[in-house]
Amino acid sequence: MLKDKRIRIIIGHYGSGKTEFAVNYAVKLAEMGKKSAIADLDIVNPYFRSREKHDELTEKGVWVMSNSLDGKSALDLPAISASVAAPLQNKEYDVVLDVGGDAVGARVLARYKEYFKEGEYDMFCILNANREQTSTVEGAIRHIDSIESVTGTKVTGLVNNTHMLRETTVEDVLRGQELSKRVSEELGIPIKYVSTLENVARLLPEKMDGEIFPIKLYMREIWM
Amino acid sequence: MAKVLMKGNEAVGAAAIKAGCKYFFGYPITPQNEVPEYMSKELPKIGGSFVQAESEVAAINMVYGAAGAGVRVMTSSSSPGIALKQEGISYIAGAELPCVIVNMMRGGPGLGSIQSSQSDYFQATRGGGNGDYRTLVYAPANVQELVDYTMKAFDMADYYRNPVLVLGDGMIGQMMEPIEFKETEKMDLPEKDWATTGTKGARKPNIVNSLRLQAPELEALNQKIEAKYMEMEEKEVIYESYKLEDAEIVFVAYGTVSRITKNAIDLLEQEGIKAGLIRPITLWPFPNKAFAEIPATAKALMSVEMSQGGQMIDDVKIANEGRLPIGFYGRSGGMVPAPQAIVEAAKELLGGVK
Repeated sequence: MLKDKRIRIIIGHYGSGKTEFAVNYAVKLAEMGKKSAIADLDIVNPYFRSREKHDELTEKGVWVMSNSLDGKSALDLPAISASVAAPLQNKEYDVVLDVGGDAVGARVLARYKEYFKEGEYDMFCILNANREQTSTVEGAIRHIDSIESVTGTKVTGLVNNTHMLRETTVEDVLRGQELSKRVSEELGIPIKYVSTLENVARLLPEKMDGEIFPIKLYMREIWM
Repeated sequence: MAKVLMKGNEAVGAAAIKAGCKYFFGYPITPQNEVPEYMSKELPKIGGSFVQAESEVAAINMVYGAAGAGVRVMTSSSSPGIALKQEGISYIAGAELPCVIVNMMRGGPGLGSIQSSQSDYFQATRGGGNGDYRTLVYAPANVQELVDYTMKAFDMADYYRNPVLVLGDGMIGQMMEPIEFKETEKMDLPEKDWATTGTKGARKPNIVNSLRLQAPELEALNQKIEAKYMEMEEKEVIYESYKLEDAEIVFVAYGTVSRITKNAIDLLEQEGIKAGLIRPITLWPFPNKAFAEIPATAKALMSVEMSQGGQMIDDVKIANEGRLPIGFYGRSGGMVPAPQAIVEAAKELLGGVK
């Protein structure tokens, strides 16, 4: 994780688990003693965004930024806080950018293009083979292309986060790994992480492309 | 069929198309925008049509027109948008036409918020439109049920020639869950020989209308549609009863809140308090008969809703027929009840009635 570039852009389709990955990643950075900042740039979805966990994340030492109105609330307005530029400029910070949904949501990134110099950022694309739009190699590549074309940035790593929420099995992850491998070969982008629930991560084979990244479900209430 | 992961709002669209819906007319409003988004993308692929109307009032009247032509048609919106559609819904019921309407409820009154709520229970079950009409109302609690009841809604609408409402809330619309599209038995439905499809010179014109100026004629229509509502009350009631055996307190909750309430029931069990749940799946007709299953051990009922003073509680009172004391716990404005808060409210109620 610490070998990743200081600025990590997290993209992925709705339901890919991008927000869970981004939140878990930001928390882990804080736990490693880094100055961790997460910017919720999702202007597409009205619910289940990282800003909802503002208080919990702040307590864990993560600086949470989102909209410019009141930070935590549930507004689907394209109003991003000016403070997002601060950790992008301040090199003491490790930044995670949690970007909303599809190419429409990713357009926000173009605003910060000046900070995304080649070699100074990582852009991770979260793949979930159980989602209709990214269940095939062609679908996944189309998704990556459409996002790259509006943001002007390049995906530098894939994250296999194939899941079925609490019903996720090892088979789900392995099927997603196959898909990710083929996308990786096709585009020449490495698989950086295999992200899955802690109880599934324990059962995965030891040797896999990409680092196994066990996650907790921060975004999903216990009754969901 | 294998399970796929879908967001509630997308799943509604996919289910409607599976059920043969080819036409969708709507106007955007959060938190249900993924429904029109999905339909706009998918309907042209199957030779159907999606129209983003200039308003909700226009959208429901487009639904009225398409339903009159005998095709499967749907609209969706969220609370204030559904409020705007009430006039059209009354007309559609009066003209005896089938259609499916989806409401992903948000906080009110007025424009309210974009967060989840259940404060359109009155609107859904009492109707905001004029006249003696009813709509069958399904209240799914998870995305799988949202799929199943959206598909069933089309059959029911055709069978009864009446609008059917699928009542979800913002959370279920936005929530991602594993689902499968089950092959269901085809319902035996009558020919749509009333549809305005052109006479081709072979028959008398069919007329779609809700205006009946002669009193005997209008009363006859009312008697006819009332007979349908009585049939629905007899045949279409669906509910779930959960852990009613030996329950000291019986919750009544629907939709997503029933899931939170089940969590509260588990917590109460850990404290040695037996609690059960009646979950109406059809809100109209309301499952009055479920209340006959309440055991003699029950000391109180409690309605749990995402509504400030409670709306379903009125139906709970009717079904209870004055037998047990009824408590209420609710949050509103987009606030979601927490399991522990329901536990505390239940303990307080039981303490008071012991």
